Amino acid sequence: MGNRTIKVETMSRVEGEGGLYIRLSGDAVDEVRLEIYEPPRLFEALLRGRPLEDTPDITARICGICPVAYQMSSVHALEAALDITVSPEIRRLRRLLYCGEWIESHGLHMHLLHAPDFLGFDSGLEMAKQFPDEVNRGLRLKKHGNQLVELLGGRAIHPINVCVGGFYRLPKRKEFQKLIPDFEWGLGAAVAATRWVAGFDYPDFETDCEFISLSHPDEYPMNEGVMKTSSGDLIDVCRYEEEFEERQVPHSTALHAIRKSTGHPYLLGPLSRVNLNREKLSPTARKLADEVGLEPLCSNPHRAIIARGLEIVHAYEEALMILRDDQPQGKSREEYQYQAGEGMSATEAPRGTLFHRYVVDEAGKIVEACIIPPTSQNQAQIEADLKQWISHVISDDEQDTARKCENLVRAYDPCISCSTHFLKVKIERC
Amino acid sequence: MGRPKLGVFKFASCDGCQLSLLDAEDHLLAVADAVEIRHFPEASSRMEPGPYDIALVEGSVTTPHDAERIQQIRRDSNYLITIGACATAGGIQALRNGADTDEFMRAVYASPEYIQVLDNSTPIAEHVKVDFELRGCPINQYQLIEVIQSLLAGRNPRTPKHSVCLDCKRRGTVCVTVAQGIACLGPVTQSGCNAICPSYHRGCYGCYGPASQPNLVSLSTHAINAGASPAEVSHSLQSFNVYAPAFRNESQRLADQTREQN
Repeated sequence: MGNRTIKVETMSRVEGEGGLYIRLSGDAVDEVRLEIYEPPRLFEALLRGRPLEDTPDITARICGICPVAYQMSSVHALEAALDITVSPEIRRLRRLLYCGEWIESHGLHMHLLHAPDFLGFDSGLEMAKQFPDEVNRGLRLKKHGNQLVELLGGRAIHPINVCVGGFYRLPKRKEFQKLIPDFEWGLGAAVAATRWVAGFDYPDFETDCEFISLSHPDEYPMNEGVMKTSSGDLIDVCRYEEEFEERQVPHSTALHAIRKSTGHPYLLGPLSRVNLNREKLSPTARKLADEVGLEPLCSNPHRAIIARGLEIVHAYEEALMILRDDQPQGKSREEYQYQAGEGMSATEAPRGTLFHRYVVDEAGKIVEACIIPPTSQNQAQIEADLKQWISHVISDDEQDTARKCENLVRAYDPCISCSTHFLKVKIERC
Repeated sequence: MGRPKLGVFKFASCDGCQLSLLDAEDHLLAVADAVEIRHFPEASSRMEPGPYDIALVEGSVTTPHDAERIQQIRRDSNYLITIGACATAGGIQALRNGADTDEFMRAVYASPEYIQVLDNSTPIAEHVKVDFELRGCPINQYQLIEVIQSLLAGRNPRTPKHSVCLDCKRRGTVCVTVAQGIACLGPVTQSGCNAICPSYHRGCYGCYGPASQPNLVSLSTHAINAGASPAEVSHSLQSFNVYAPAFRNESQRLADQTREQN
């Protein structure tokens, strides 16, 4: 057998656009490239000189699927620069908002984007004809996530209520009450959905990557914590740029990330979070993880869909606790004075750790912005895993090989719009 | 006649507007039954070539390749609808128009030479004929469903062109400018969001672009008399619809004024 290439021009069921290019000589893999051709939008440059208050509204527009994550990392980073400490009330409401985004984003990915791969459909919409109950359940979960973001954020896509220091307006207790019955149903439905996906047939495949996520002593990581790694390190968020490096590669408008100390890529996202913080999951999610038999350190990226299910369960349970007990009162935001300085923050976007750093001046303007999204950090690891995966799935049927490669990429839920900077599968045998 | 063939296409954007279709949870399966989805990569692996009866185009044109791609999509499509502020006005990335794009690229990428971009981010209508524009950052999913349903029914889509102010009156929201002195673009911004921001105690920031016949000069004069600097007012117009002519011209006029004063 000679050399050949396998190419997927436009990957589907991922957010944003990119392709995949694989070059083989015989059955040996010469090169694997995730080709991100999403046009660059240059956010870091266009933030400069703008009032710092614009940052959460503008960075939200990096991604329509996870705008809350961009708003959270940006306000936390700016608050660090301005020495603002938010009240416990605001902290709680920010977690509640994040729960909404996790439910919406994971619900979408599980049911409409990823599940069709296991059941042999081109789309969730097509799958709905044979699995109407499961797809409708998924759509209801997704809708609940959106409703929660709407309640706290004003709208589901590009929320308008988040600001430096807190929120423009606090939600009302009666608005909370209205959501409770749906969320009680949703918790049960999320458990059922997780059991459903845990029953899929998973390919036997393991990656030897390093898992990294935030970790917090008291809670499942969302808005704060230190970076924890599966090799046992703890890294302060302030050292993010010393520890990780983004490199530019010719085939991608996304920057590739590696861990400087090891020279190796790493993996962020739901599988990493569950692997490193399983004991911090809500009681129902923790019990469910044991029941469905998720390994203590799961190294099969295809099984990330189970981790997403567990995080939906966690988000419902935590959201319900806040919706039932919280009585929003007091000031909606902290006041602050401008001061020159620098601030950084990492929070857990649905797809993994999202780092922001800003330099601001004494007039309240952005001097410098640095944004490191989860998908561009995962890209190098995805390519490394693909190299291994191809030897499991290679056949003369190039379409089938390409499809299986695309399945693996989809398991990471890449967000190309975010990475700006990402998928086609193309296999080449010269 | 079979079901109309639908294509969804993405240019420079955040994906949020096409997500609005997947976010229409209650209508999604009904819409998916009423049309034949031929090209919608975010939702389906089945990608069929044109012709398409309806094309939904998200995003702005920012690369030489995209400037060519939109021409083919236009040739393949009977009715082309642009969705969202990127497609209708160039989006937030149009902030680089008039700035030094090369310098912007150097600020973000170590080797900008790997990446080809155009100096300007431009709306789809600058490149091809557009049959209907749906505004917003993001679009309103109910307006999108209205547009699709009206096309299926063979009538013209109805999306209001009045200003956000009218929606505040309808909702019974007390005016944030009059009552609290908060700067608000509501008087000059097109309706579509249901006037959310003022109901959350903040001023409108212009997601839906200029309303029909907006009086920008009057609004800036009011804001400046109330104590804002021309530079601040100019900045407020420079966001998601910065390249929409009415917002662009007024922000430019105010920026020139600031320069003369200094």
